[in-house]
Amino acid sequence: MKLDTSGFETSVPTIGFGSSSDMLDELSSVPSFDLPHTKEFDGFQKKAVDMLKHAKGTTTLAFIFKGGVMVAADSRASMGGYISSQSVKKIIEINPYMLGTMAGGAADCQFWHRNLGIKCRLHELANKRRISVSGASKLLANMLYSYRGMGLSVGTMIAGWDETGPGLYYVDNEGGRLKGDRFSVGSGSPYAYGVLDSGYKYEMSVEEASELARRSIYHATFRDGASGGVASVYHVGPEGWTKLSGDDVGELHYHYYPVPPAIAEQVMEEATAE
Amino acid sequence: MTKQHANWSPYDNNGGTCVAIAGSDYCVIAADTRMSTGYSILSRDYSKIHKLADKAVLSSSGFQADVKALQKVLKSRHLIYQHQHNKQMSCPAMAQLLSNTLYFKRFFPYYAFNVLGGLDEEGKGCVFTYDAVGSYERVGYGAQGSGSTLIMPFLDNQLKSPSPLLLPKQDSNTPLSEAEAVDLVKTVFASATERDIYTGDKLEIMILKADGIKTELMDLRKD
Repeated sequence: MKLDTSGFETSVPTIGFGSSSDMLDELSSVPSFDLPHTKEFDGFQKKAVDMLKHAKGTTTLAFIFKGGVMVAADSRASMGGYISSQSVKKIIEINPYMLGTMAGGAADCQFWHRNLGIKCRLHELANKRRISVSGASKLLANMLYSYRGMGLSVGTMIAGWDETGPGLYYVDNEGGRLKGDRFSVGSGSPYAYGVLDSGYKYEMSVEEASELARRSIYHATFRDGASGGVASVYHVGPEGWTKLSGDDVGELHYHYYPVPPAIAEQVMEEATAE
Repeated sequence: MTKQHANWSPYDNNGGTCVAIAGSDYCVIAADTRMSTGYSILSRDYSKIHKLADKAVLSSSGFQADVKALQKVLKSRHLIYQHQHNKQMSCPAMAQLLSNTLYFKRFFPYYAFNVLGGLDEEGKGCVFTYDAVGSYERVGYGAQGSGSTLIMPFLDNQLKSPSPLLLPKQDSNTPLSEAEAVDLVKTVFASATERDIYTGDKLEIMILKADGIKTELMDLRKD
């Protein structure tokens, strides 16, 4: 169906780069925006969103501290505006001493992490020693780089403990690989960073670090619509990883901000007085 | 020069809804039997439920040609497994096989929205829910297809089981009895039929237990 889009076109031609006399024209002209070149105008947006398929919205974080590596994530998967699952496992257990986090396409992250686990095991068998975190993240980054531009969506962190101590790498579908000691990935990451950065101290104990991680995820789920469900927190130490907690963020809210019973009664009284 | 876009799509959506509920020692898998294209009904008697193994049953909505192709691949892989291991595939094993099969067509996906139901190695009911490219998770209940957005909130309300991610771990299977679960499924489809044009005609229910599979057929609105 051909729509009448004449109302969207502007009468003023587009401005050349760096010509100052056109500035006034730019301000006074009706803004024009690009329309998709498709015959199916109504279905186009849905198709574009559908292509993202699952878990683009998420909050995951990981940081290194004195006691090892702390990894945490939410568990919501959304398909556009529909919450397709509240119980997605976003922290993937690659092997007993390495964890991967999932952000982006759920199928992509699940498949490539499983594949990475297989590659790590083969390395162990071939070399009679465990693979380093640096090596594992490089394997994943190289695999993803070879699929660059084909539409994979993976924003993952590889956290583990090897001979050199705790290790944390960020790997994404562009083939980027960054070594660091504090990362947060996903639509809720700005909120998580805020809480994480302000409370972070290298000398934290395991309990303090896990509480900081849990709080950061909770605050991200509070403000970001695409994050929610259960906040899981894992700790990676010299002996491997252990799951420290899994709390429903709805319940965490009332745990952090309990409703004082006195105020509730006051409000009720005022209402009946009027 | 605007890019020419294809006016032929390899995909079509044949509609329909699939639901599965996992119990302590049973699994209920149900789907409507309407197959449609656009506003036309192609068949009122098309089964969307396929038995893959003794303890694993697949129900898929979406593009039925892709579903048929997917089913054939899984059936042949299962046959090879049986030859090599001298036993049937368990439901969790079939679940991972399905995930890998779907992901191998990551760049030209099977347009199939799957729910896999069955019994696990311990005899407890298990349901796995998938997206079109293979991401999967084990859940206590699942719905896929055109009526899923109508059905899921109601199942959440009635069956909301504790998330398997919680610590300490809690069982995600429903405490409902088999009869209650079947009744719930019938209720849920009757409601979905009222408000979803692609769901209706007949409801096919498969109940999987350790001793075998029972099938039930119930009429739904045909309009």
